[in-house]
Amino acid sequence: MNDNRKTDEQQFRRVSRRELLKLMPALALGVFAIPPLQKKLLKQGLHFSDWDARLMFRKGHLAPTFTDADVVPFEKFPINDYDVDDPGLDLDEWTLKVSGMVQKPGEYRLPQIQALPRIRQNTRHICVEGWDVIGRFGGARLSDFLSLIGADPTAGFVTVHCADDYYESLDVATARHPQTLLCYEMYDQLLTREHGAPVRLQIPTKIGYKQAKYLTELKVTPVLDKVGYWEDQGYAWFYGL
Amino acid sequence: MRSSTVEIIRPKQKADQDVVVVARAVYEHPFIVRLCHWLNTIALFVMVGSGLQIFRAFPSFGAKIPERDLIQWPRQFAIGGWLGGALQWHLTFMWIYLGTGLLYIGYQIFSGNYRQVLFTHRDVPGVWPMVKHYFFLGTKPPLREVYNPLQKQAYTAAIILGALSVVTGFAVWKPVQFSWLAWMMGGFHYARMWHFAVMWAILFFVLGHLVMVTLHGWKNFVSMLTGWKEDPEYEA
Repeated sequence: MNDNRKTDEQQFRRVSRRELLKLMPALALGVFAIPPLQKKLLKQGLHFSDWDARLMFRKGHLAPTFTDADVVPFEKFPINDYDVDDPGLDLDEWTLKVSGMVQKPGEYRLPQIQALPRIRQNTRHICVEGWDVIGRFGGARLSDFLSLIGADPTAGFVTVHCADDYYESLDVATARHPQTLLCYEMYDQLLTREHGAPVRLQIPTKIGYKQAKYLTELKVTPVLDKVGYWEDQGYAWFYGL
Repeated sequence: MRSSTVEIIRPKQKADQDVVVVARAVYEHPFIVRLCHWLNTIALFVMVGSGLQIFRAFPSFGAKIPERDLIQWPRQFAIGGWLGGALQWHLTFMWIYLGTGLLYIGYQIFSGNYRQVLFTHRDVPGVWPMVKHYFFLGTKPPLREVYNPLQKQAYTAAIILGALSVVTGFAVWKPVQFSWLAWMMGGFHYARMWHFAVMWAILFFVLGHLVMVTLHGWKNFVSMLTGWKEDPEYEA
């Protein structure tokens, strides 16, 4: 091609060795093979991806919605829980305990939630396992409920507790997203027990495990004190879709 | 020292001896290319292994009810131990995978080194003779470059597949924020299928690549470590 230079053998070996040694930084990835460091690094990696997911979230961007023809039949909508299908809630006596940075804390009953504007949406539910299903959901916007309870606009997080001891938390941007529902209906009927009666979260912009069922408590907080059941096992916290 | 050729000489031992040229060597792979190659190799290994563990959580592309599994992928050939662990590996190494890919492409463009590997229309007529040669149906076409036309086609296709794995991956990870991307692939459901298919296409390339590397011997392998190939079979 270009200039034909001459190098003596020893010089050539030296150059080759130096070029090989320049690749040594690649071996730094070996730290992932050291068990105690591996755990920390993977957690950092997950946090980095989650931070990135948070940057990508757009408040006004809506998840795709579908026609009634695209919706899967009710009996083919999967039921997933981490413990029991039915935690045995007394639906007549049920209340949602509201606390934290709100003007009107206390116990809220289902009719108070149903009195808020009812939203019905056909959206895709995506499970972290990989399956997805399009369902029909109905309920009140969580943002409307946050207004009802007088949630402090500076609070950053919404935490929920469930009748089956499940717990979850949301960033306030997702909580106030127009498609985030306090869901009490599926397929235009009141929620059945195995789908989270009487009230569950339905969040088309989030992965499935964020959408807690059988809600019993809702807390508005400035910092994240309790993260989430699956997050504590090693899943991502934000996991916005 | 980019794409330069040297003659390796043995100096005079005695006054009456001539300088002996023992070999010719060509600097084929610049440092950034080699670094990206090996980092990406590690990242790809982790992405495939953890990806298959993720797939184990729902080894199907159909409905959840009734679930018909495509294949029961063995745990031994997967990374992460469980779904959450595999996601941690996948979501960590994807940045190394993406980063080395972008660094490689950026370097190739800005250095002009892409010319030795990018498959263009000029390489098209040379592909079939190479294929015939590899299937023992023809003599080896004369080579004048670092890569023959078939290699250029394979490596260019590998970069395209790499880009597709990232694009389909983002559609699976962020089907709402990138809903247009997921829509182009037929929605989340199909994006997941494409992501899986692209992985197998990449593995098919890797298999061919490994066979070829094995067939072409040690000197060829060393060139991806030191950059230099001794006595290449082409006239550079």
